[in-house]
Amino acid sequence: METVRTQRKPLSKEVVVPTLPLYRSPPSLEVRLEDFELFAIDRLRVLKGISDGLSRGKKHEEMEQLEKDLWNKNMRHPQASEIANKDIISHFVLRLVYCRTEELRKWFLSMETALFRYRFRQESAEAQRALMAEFDLPYKAVGSAEFESLRDKLGQVSRSIGQPLPTADAIFYKVPFEEVPELVAGRRVFLHKGHAYIASNQVVSLVGTQFRSHLSKALILTNRKWTSTVREQEKDRLTPIVEALCTSYLGPDYSQPKGFAEISVKDINELARSSFPLCMRHLFEKLKEDHHLKHGGRMQLGLFLKGVGLKLDDALMFWKAEFSQKVSAERFDKEYAYGIRHNYGREGKRTDYTPYSCQKIILSTPGVGDHHGCPYRHFSDENLRAALSKMGVNSRAVEDVMDKVRNRHYQLACTLTFEAVHASSCDSGINHPNQYFSDSQKLLQPKSTQF
Amino acid sequence: MLIFINGCPMEMVSSYLNQPGLQTHLKYWVFGHMSWAYLDGKHPGCDQSYFGRREFSFTLDNDIYLRFQSFNSASELENSIKEKCPFKIDIGPVYSVDPSKRHAYAQTGDNVFTPVERELIFDIDMTDYDDVRYCCAGADVCLDCWPLMTIAIKVIDTALRDDFGFNHILWVYSGRRGVHCWVCDGKARRLTNEQRAAIADYFHVYKGNENSQKKVSLTGAALHPFLARSYTEVLRNFFETKLLSSQNLFSTEERYEKILDMIPDESLTSELRGKWQDNKRSTSSKKDIDSIRWEQLKTMLQSGKQKVQGLRRCVEEIVFSFTYPRLDMEVSKHMNHLLKAPFCVHPKTGRICVPIDPNECEEFNPTTVPTLATLLEELNMGGVRQEVNDELDRTSLGESIRFFRSSFLQPLLKSCKEEIESSYNTKLQRSKNSLTW
Repeated sequence: METVRTQRKPLSKEVVVPTLPLYRSPPSLEVRLEDFELFAIDRLRVLKGISDGLSRGKKHEEMEQLEKDLWNKNMRHPQASEIANKDIISHFVLRLVYCRTEELRKWFLSMETALFRYRFRQESAEAQRALMAEFDLPYKAVGSAEFESLRDKLGQVSRSIGQPLPTADAIFYKVPFEEVPELVAGRRVFLHKGHAYIASNQVVSLVGTQFRSHLSKALILTNRKWTSTVREQEKDRLTPIVEALCTSYLGPDYSQPKGFAEISVKDINELARSSFPLCMRHLFEKLKEDHHLKHGGRMQLGLFLKGVGLKLDDALMFWKAEFSQKVSAERFDKEYAYGIRHNYGREGKRTDYTPYSCQKIILSTPGVGDHHGCPYRHFSDENLRAALSKMGVNSRAVEDVMDKVRNRHYQLACTLTFEAVHASSCDSGINHPNQYFSDSQKLLQPKSTQF
Repeated sequence: MLIFINGCPMEMVSSYLNQPGLQTHLKYWVFGHMSWAYLDGKHPGCDQSYFGRREFSFTLDNDIYLRFQSFNSASELENSIKEKCPFKIDIGPVYSVDPSKRHAYAQTGDNVFTPVERELIFDIDMTDYDDVRYCCAGADVCLDCWPLMTIAIKVIDTALRDDFGFNHILWVYSGRRGVHCWVCDGKARRLTNEQRAAIADYFHVYKGNENSQKKVSLTGAALHPFLARSYTEVLRNFFETKLLSSQNLFSTEERYEKILDMIPDESLTSELRGKWQDNKRSTSSKKDIDSIRWEQLKTMLQSGKQKVQGLRRCVEEIVFSFTYPRLDMEVSKHMNHLLKAPFCVHPKTGRICVPIDPNECEEFNPTTVPTLATLLEELNMGGVRQEVNDELDRTSLGESIRFFRSSFLQPLLKSCKEEIESSYNTKLQRSKNSLTW
């Protein structure tokens, strides 16, 4: 796959195969650099949507619908002929992004396999058979003589799992049991001398296992290639894009607070108590206590406050008021004011920095003396429990939160906290501290037109 | 300092371990079993490093536990055993590299220290059945409850052979209150953790703990053929002809209430309860009371008049709850799990962990398994030393060793040899083909 720079080169009018791609080998297509990134981001929205749905424990039918919606929403293309290309290109770009560590590979593997299975199920019977043939699977269709001799047993299995009895013309496949571990685990197939007899509606399990196994091996190879040659070769072009993609946050960036959503310094104390997420509450409390925060904390809290609507002059006043209890006013102006102005885009390269998303905060690495980061991830169990109680979360909810934390679903933990504190559900889940704040304000000041 | 193992001084243990006969057969087991690769290197297709990548662990006295022991030859293993005198020898997986060199391999990247082969293993322990055996509890085992192990062997062994197609299966007495199973086919050794978990889950029927009421739930209009076969060929008969009476499952109120708890139909259970509470006045002998009550229960449940859902399979569920094998899932699911080596001496009972023939498992009696003390006596009484290899054959262990060799080891070695030869020939063929440019 070749990536070309800016100018629009017509993508070749290849015959677009209507079946599901298996992503066996990188396509020989030319891709524009922008598409390289954009296609990947769109696919990432789909994968993250699936991941989110699964962690929330959505049922199978809900997940099928969710996948359909996500795919239709994100994977379209103005030119119908380009839809298949977008599918393939985005997959291969994400392979580069997600091949780099064991954890990334595991996540990508699970989501792509889940996606593949949902899409496979939606294909027609002939399309499914065609796909099976492409897989080069060690399976055989069961001949009629064997079928007749096993029909009783096959029928028993069907009845045991609540399926209709196989008809005389039902197609069964014989595969080594190792190829369908989940069917074996659920006793959903008849086993004989090491072979599993699978019905046509169970083929998705076989194919899914194969897909996963192939992709797993491919990711290892991709990682090797990336680390040994591609990363260096592409350091001015693709590498920065690839490295940014896996930490990309895909929601609104809260860099420009909407409307006249301003807050003043005197409001902050009250707002901290009622509407700040735990991470910001903690930073705020520590600031009040120590009259100081290290750089990481200043960035995380400072940008958050900007997103919440604190104007530059008020910000300067706020930070100065706290810090001058430890350092002189001159020193504050010299050492800290610049940084605050920088955050607001009034210094240096004048970038208006965006408040940190949960993802970014979770990935940060607070050290000794730091108070930034995500408490659900970075706090000890004991400290987290204490902090939650202080916030007013009841003990039952605390247990639910701790359970999410144990399973490393930090954002879900924060969502549960939000729900407990506000006695209201938060269906969209928390992805950004500023979102927590604005959702909270919406609940607390429903009549206000500010947010 | 004398350490006693069930009354045997440590000196005796080391003396046992130093018996040439034992060493030969231990060597044979280790050598033959572990070195699929024909360690003496006769065949060009064998992997010389295989044995050296196998993990062993030793438990010494003072609770010292040595993991990641590895050896390059059977004699190295033998010498280490003689020198260290372990209480217990566990066998682990074959790793990607020699376990003693594992620290040299980074965790990330491709050079990872990871298991590559491991027998498929099962561990069944009588303490998991404490809630259904009234004769013993905890570490004790007697001839009334031991049959639960017997039927576990039958159920699992049949499934491993008929359903999964495995052939080289060794069942071993764990020395006190359970059994271990080693499946040694090449296919089994190469199973991934996911596949092992799938097999364990296939066998998983008894679920739950003291917090759940019903631990076996058989939904569906029919039983899966594996469960149906287990029920009709092994479990039902055992329950009705042996367990009912040996454990007096219905003889007291406490005991029959436990069974009534498994029936989700109040009217039915109260009817039965009524019958049984009145029964004190009946004339039937105490001996038959369990069978009689069971028949009454079955009749009521199978009468076809049930209005409540969930009664369809109640009879089977009760039978399964009491008799179906209860496996330790964790042992089977992971390749890196260690398991005690066969023919070890159990430190608490002194009994030798002898193999059990699945075809004769009903005859196996855990209370007559030779102990270390007996063995040493027999060896010492031997008098004139004969052929070293025959020493143990003359003892009570002789039969076990003969069975081990002929029923398990020889066929396994034969099969391994065939595997090596065939894969070697394939490789040769491939390289020949690739040479034709």
